[in-house]
Amino acid sequence: MATATVAAAPAVRTEKAPGIKPRGWIGFLFIAPNLLGVIAFTLIPLISVVVLAFTDWNLVSGLGGITFNGIDNFVAIARDPGFWHAIGLTLVYVVVSVPLTVVGGLALGIALNRPLPGRAVLRAIFFLPYIVNVVAIGMTWLMLMNPRAGLVNQVLDAFGIQPGWFASSHWALPALIVMAIWGGVGYCSLIYLSALQDAPRQLYEAADIDGASVWAKFRVITWPSLLPTTIFLLVTLIIGASQGFGLIALITAGGPGDSTTTISYYMYQTGFQFYRFGYASAIGLVTFVGVLVLTLLTWRAQRGRALNE
Amino acid sequence: MSKSKWLWGIPLWILALAFLAPFAWMISTALKPDVDAYKIPMQWIPNPFQWDNFSTVLTGATSVLPAFGRSVFVAVLRVAGELTTATMAGYAFARMSFKGRDKLFLLYLATAIIPAQLLLVPRFIYFQKLGLYDTLWALILPGMFTVLGTFLMRQFFISQPAEFAEAARMDGANEWRVFTRIYLPLATPVMSALGILAFVWSWNDYETPLVLISNPDRYTLPLSLTNFVDEQGQIAPGLTMAASVISIVPVLIVFVVLQRRFIAAMTHTGIK
Repeated sequence: MATATVAAAPAVRTEKAPGIKPRGWIGFLFIAPNLLGVIAFTLIPLISVVVLAFTDWNLVSGLGGITFNGIDNFVAIARDPGFWHAIGLTLVYVVVSVPLTVVGGLALGIALNRPLPGRAVLRAIFFLPYIVNVVAIGMTWLMLMNPRAGLVNQVLDAFGIQPGWFASSHWALPALIVMAIWGGVGYCSLIYLSALQDAPRQLYEAADIDGASVWAKFRVITWPSLLPTTIFLLVTLIIGASQGFGLIALITAGGPGDSTTTISYYMYQTGFQFYRFGYASAIGLVTFVGVLVLTLLTWRAQRGRALNE
Repeated sequence: MSKSKWLWGIPLWILALAFLAPFAWMISTALKPDVDAYKIPMQWIPNPFQWDNFSTVLTGATSVLPAFGRSVFVAVLRVAGELTTATMAGYAFARMSFKGRDKLFLLYLATAIIPAQLLLVPRFIYFQKLGLYDTLWALILPGMFTVLGTFLMRQFFISQPAEFAEAARMDGANEWRVFTRIYLPLATPVMSALGILAFVWSWNDYETPLVLISNPDRYTLPLSLTNFVDEQGQIAPGLTMAASVISIVPVLIVFVVLQRRFIAAMTHTGIK
């Protein structure tokens, strides 16, 4: 979860730093330790993944067994029902969990921005799921959602519903979505809180004098001022959710059947269970490009709306 | 005011308790005999209190203490390494000038949006070739040289006045002195923010060790929590939850003690 937020770096200032003297190689020396590490552990692996995507390679055959096969992997991906199934599941997961998390986070952020008894403690409680490691959380929910005796079903039993959760191919994905929302809402509310602190106070005062309703104030002042934050959250959550992996690997291993085999788990399976590294790299590359396009589209759509208002 | 304060407070507190329920369940289960873990209806207060779960998890045959130590080792080196390389690089990107600087920085930004998972396959091969597969170094090294840390530090240093450096250079200070004596002390709040985040990321990382560590003797803490699941996937509730509680404590301490800084770090990396 945490790494996902890293993915989309926010607005970059690219203007030149003023007043610096050219000092040639000294600056380079300062960067060198980091640069060498980034080259070794990020850049070279990245180049290899692009190269591998055009090869047929099974780990068992050793490095000598690498054969280039042009765009065969990409053709195979297009015809691979497993891939499209995984893409479909990922889309469902993203499209359901991300908006609910953002809307929940917004509501919670606004609520937590008001004077409340024990506000600091409340903020910490909602944020807690975000900082706990995925294994501890996964194990807990696995037991809470035990179909026979888990606490969740004990509560739901009062309403006469008994979902099978992770044991059922219909309920496993919804269960993961519930967990994702539970885990992400507090994070969103925190980011919204910091944006709300910067909200234009004078506008609210003016609106109060005009006798504007709460809804009008939200629609005209709060929402537009929160739009950049919303875009940021949407983008980072889409990237994060489309990479969602830890809980799936831990709890469902893609199952039951293939009902929770999202794209990142499918890639993991291909690479690390079937050792088809070439094909796995191609899947990774295609997915990355897909997510990038999806992200840019979200960015564009929201930007356009912001300008029209 | 105070009436509406409570009016809004009550539903939020009820929601908060629902949010806390999994953690309460975790602690409760960590303290009860396994036969009571799935009791219907749920028994929140363990009876009897089974402190044995904690002593087994800490000192028994499958103790998580070694894994705890490895997690500390990995986190300390990662945080120290990241802070060192990121402050230096971030400073140079912001406050020094050299050929190709801005192009290099764009390259940095481009790599920042690459999902970590995409890199798992090549890193797996790569670390095998380097003889680092299945060692803690496979977790530590990539974490020491991050683009995000560099980016954060650059954003900070670029907001600092350049006049300090010019004055110091006039007085004959060399670049290293300018950096360590003038700008680095100013950066301590940002460094602590980055340090906290880097610690939490390192502490909670599950995917990287899942792929790059295979020997259970080298498991870090998150992986070691799966030790209490048997071949059939049956979880030992008491032991697993006791180990989970132990794994949460350090992050919780960081969060509670440094709450303000932590939240500032979260929102700053997020937004500004």
